[in-house]
Amino acid sequence: MNLFEYQGKELYKKFSIPTPKSTFIKSKSELKSDHGLSYPVVVKAQVQVGGRGKAGGIKVANNDVELDQFIDDILGMDIKGHLVESLLIEEASEIIKEYYISFTLDRSEKKYLMMLSSKGGMDIEEVAENSPDDLIKHYISPSVGLNLPDIEHAITNAKLDFEYKDQLIEIISKLYNLFVNNDCDLVEVNPLAITSQGVSALDSKVSLDMNAEYRHEEFQKFEKDIPIPDSEKFAKSKGLNFIKLDGSVGIIGNGAGLVMSTLDVVVEHGGKAANFLDIGGGAKAETVTAALEVLETEDDVKSVLINIFGGITRCDLVAEGIVEATSGKELKWPITVRLDGTNSKEGLEILEKNKNEKITISGSMDEAAQIAVKAGQ
Amino acid sequence: MSILINEDTKVVVQGLTGEQGKFHALRNRDYGTQVVAGTRPGKGGEQVEGIPIFNTVKDAVEATGANTALTFVPPAFAKDAVLEAGDAGCDLIVCITEGIPAKDEAKMYDLLTTNTNAKLLGPNCPGLISPGKSNVGIMPHEITQEGNVGVVSRSGTLTYQAVHELTRINIGQSTCIGIGGDPVPGMSFIDVLEGFQLDSQTEAIVMIGEIGGSAEEEAAEYIKNYVTKPVVSYIAGVTAPPGKKMGHAGAIVSGNKGTASAKIEALTKAGVNVVKNPTRIGQAIKDVI
Repeated sequence: MNLFEYQGKELYKKFSIPTPKSTFIKSKSELKSDHGLSYPVVVKAQVQVGGRGKAGGIKVANNDVELDQFIDDILGMDIKGHLVESLLIEEASEIIKEYYISFTLDRSEKKYLMMLSSKGGMDIEEVAENSPDDLIKHYISPSVGLNLPDIEHAITNAKLDFEYKDQLIEIISKLYNLFVNNDCDLVEVNPLAITSQGVSALDSKVSLDMNAEYRHEEFQKFEKDIPIPDSEKFAKSKGLNFIKLDGSVGIIGNGAGLVMSTLDVVVEHGGKAANFLDIGGGAKAETVTAALEVLETEDDVKSVLINIFGGITRCDLVAEGIVEATSGKELKWPITVRLDGTNSKEGLEILEKNKNEKITISGSMDEAAQIAVKAGQ
Repeated sequence: MSILINEDTKVVVQGLTGEQGKFHALRNRDYGTQVVAGTRPGKGGEQVEGIPIFNTVKDAVEATGANTALTFVPPAFAKDAVLEAGDAGCDLIVCITEGIPAKDEAKMYDLLTTNTNAKLLGPNCPGLISPGKSNVGIMPHEITQEGNVGVVSRSGTLTYQAVHELTRINIGQSTCIGIGGDPVPGMSFIDVLEGFQLDSQTEAIVMIGEIGGSAEEEAAEYIKNYVTKPVVSYIAGVTAPPGKKMGHAGAIVSGNKGTASAKIEALTKAGVNVVKNPTRIGQAIKDVI
């Protein structure tokens, strides 16, 4: 789960990682007249999309009047389809040098990866492409961790200013501590700045590993503050993995791989999926009923395709769920069902017995996709 | 032959007393798999449908000669369970558990490979089956048939779809393996491809990938250099919008790396026949054997 900048910085504070003095607001009325920040301040749009500076989402205010103006300008702005609903207002830093640092997991190496560069404050992907020697990579063995000599070595290799060595070592250790002990998928600081006040994390990109939610209370708090479409929220409460897409064929399937594949096959037959919806393994009848309820809240859906390959999931239970959700109801759209695998025979019998003229049964994934696309046209 | 498991495989099930563990262990045993033991701390001496329960994997291995562990332990305890099985001397550990934190997976893999020679399949995988010989995991054996095609996949249900497409036209399988889609999987495509290449029963290989990571690109490089048997592949997620995380932790697209088109291109260059639709896997294999 990707955090907003202000949420990442809350975690930084918890791990004693220095950040500029700031205040966070969702509306102008939340800004106290004695906010205690010294000018100049930076007004930063809180959106989860890159390039907000260029889009006018970051502005420096030198006094109350300008601050007032910029809050009005930026709140409610649309940045690449993302609505600005909150702002982080920070004291501007006197920057001496800008560096880049990140911690992530390298899947191929099966190790943690620290990346460090003296070319911070700019698009790091461009640095990696145009001057790869300026981005140093240091792999960390998960069972050993990051040692002091490793950090010193990395600072030297990345040609960071040795004058600030001790401060850099301290902040790098703290960022690593946050990455490992707070179950982050990503901790990225760009720029990590040397300022007249010392070393400071001026930006934050933090992504949390939601599999570790059970051992971190604050994950849930962060999650509550990240806006997601109502349909996704409802789906999650029912234990479904739902992502809204922009087509018109509603998709329900079991297993991420099979559902992704179903989206592809729908496109191959000239359609486009309205969503990704994975009912997971071992779904019960009520899970399937809930899945259909989720699609009912979606206006764009014109036709629904249910593609199930039973393993742990039993097709008879899926069929019961379909019947439960559809019998005695005026269906909004035609449904095409494909059932294979565990108890598919029983499942098909249940659908046969509870015939509904809007439900078509198909014997293969390919054919089912074809029918569903056509039915929605 | 078949790879990794056969008639002689002896399985100890970690978490046999749980609902899932029991259901699948008994299904595996009904299929003919030698399920010789289960573990559950504090329940040593008890039995589940005639399968003896031990407190530790070490006790189970000493008493029964188990050489393969099948793990259904909940996410919070899975890392320790897998390491325990490795320390007890199991050659193969099949971890079905879904939802293990990535940091635990990374440490688990690191410690297991540093301290033991055990192979780890998973986590978050459906396990593996050598049709007619042994089933270790949760794959529905009804859709399999003994034969000469090796199947390896990162996805669960999509593996079933692929196997189904083969069996439907009477093409059997040597071993079907789900390596799982988590950030730090144990065995990789390459480990399994190496096994299939060396296996006398396997004549052709089906490899199912999906978007995210670079495992398919690395497999393509390996195939180009070392695999002489025909390979048919399918990559899921061609039309998935970038940046959307679709269920598998592995299925994340960032930048150009890990896109379906990059994977398809790498595999095609390595001489692999990449089909655009999973329902065409059967025919594509028929064409090469």
